[in-house]
Amino acid sequence: MLRFREDIFTNEVLGLIRQASTELPEDVENALKNALAQEEPSSTANMVLSSILENVDLARKTSRPMCQDTGLPAFYISYPQSVSTLKIKKCVEKAVVAATKKGYLRPNAMSSLTAYNSGDNIGKYIPHIEFTEWLEDDIHVKCMLKGGGCENVSTQYAIPSPGLKAGRDMDGVFTCVMDAVQKAQGKGCAPGILGIGIGGDRTISISLAKKQLFRDLNDVNQCSYLVELEERIMKEANTLGIGPMGLGGKTTVLAAKAETAYRIPASYFVSVSYMCWACRRKEMTFKLDNK
Amino acid sequence: MSTISLTLPLKEDEVRRLKVGDTVLLSGTLITGRDMAHTWLVKEKRSDVAELLRGSAIYHCGPIMLKEDDKWVCKAAGPTTSIREEPYLADVMKEYGVKAVIGKGGMGEKTANALKEYGGVYLFAVGGAAVLLADHIEEVLDVHKLEDFGVPEAMWVLKVKDMPLIVSMDSHGKSLHDEVADVSAEAFGNIISKQ
Repeated sequence: MLRFREDIFTNEVLGLIRQASTELPEDVENALKNALAQEEPSSTANMVLSSILENVDLARKTSRPMCQDTGLPAFYISYPQSVSTLKIKKCVEKAVVAATKKGYLRPNAMSSLTAYNSGDNIGKYIPHIEFTEWLEDDIHVKCMLKGGGCENVSTQYAIPSPGLKAGRDMDGVFTCVMDAVQKAQGKGCAPGILGIGIGGDRTISISLAKKQLFRDLNDVNQCSYLVELEERIMKEANTLGIGPMGLGGKTTVLAAKAETAYRIPASYFVSVSYMCWACRRKEMTFKLDNK
Repeated sequence: MSTISLTLPLKEDEVRRLKVGDTVLLSGTLITGRDMAHTWLVKEKRSDVAELLRGSAIYHCGPIMLKEDDKWVCKAAGPTTSIREEPYLADVMKEYGVKAVIGKGGMGEKTANALKEYGGVYLFAVGGAAVLLADHIEEVLDVHKLEDFGVPEAMWVLKVKDMPLIVSMDSHGKSLHDEVADVSAEAFGNIISKQ
């Protein structure tokens, strides 16, 4: 009989949050280093990217949050049938409270009615936890910390959009994404990573967009249409001249990652989940105790 | 473009000399403020913080603070998006004599006009560079409205040393943010019209 050790799990989730907050994933750091090599020496873009990379290094070495805005923590959990999701939820909440106390998370959760800040990142519907039952024996946890700045510039379009001249085809999708990048300027902390959700209803679309942000920046989309779209967005977005933090330069976007869902004939949604350069995501697999 | 060391509180002529693109190393005492602080300052005309704000800088920042041995220690303190304070900042500058604003993303026309009229400057801090910037905070001197506003929105009084910043809006009406927005809008138009 496999046993779910709640104390150990809680501690490992705390470690996961700490790592997500303080250690930038290697693929993102490498993309930033490549970007730095592209920018002119002594340009503002060069200075901004150098500061970002220095900050990433300092954060990792001293185990401090690379950015003070640790967002509203979100967790995506796959679990075996034998484990109670109520128990998992309790553990995750405990880990979030502990991570806040230790300064790996800023106390962000506040009431939308009274502005009361709970002080521990626990509140109505917060933290966000999504459960999926699976056939494996272990628990898989994905954690994402996404700050408010880039969440504010994330957006959703319904096409056709006469204003944008965006129709219901890949050109239309492309136009929507470019519009989102152009409107975001530096406010989402460029260079950003774009999660793109195409189709679905409004909820499916934005959720799909956000989940693309877990993808390794170097992976290749399984769908050839989407490979083409992603490459086109990358190429063109980086000619906009917005640059790191919106102060001008060649690097506006580090990656574009798209996925589609089926839709209803009446609707065609395009969602853009904009992630700042501080793309804080981390995953872990927790094995159940077989003693 | 040059690198200039400045110490708070600032005098008007010091501010007027700054030009878009200059790098500033800022030292002295500043105060953080976000949405709640700005509305509070504008609505209540607070005499208790007026002295602190005169000639000083407001840092758009919601830091991560921990109490260690009865003393507040700053763990991370990068800038937050400034444009949210656009409705209030001009009034804060007028009422309290704030001379510098530190944040990210730049601000709008109302603030640009206030920078011109009262002699102020917008200083850009690298977004997300929270550890790097926190290391320029020598001491957390005080905090206002912690109970009411919570940690991210409270007004933290910070002693900083050589905080690295870029002048992105000056008192002569120039804005690096506007320049980039214009260039990218044109590029966007060209890309879309090619389809």
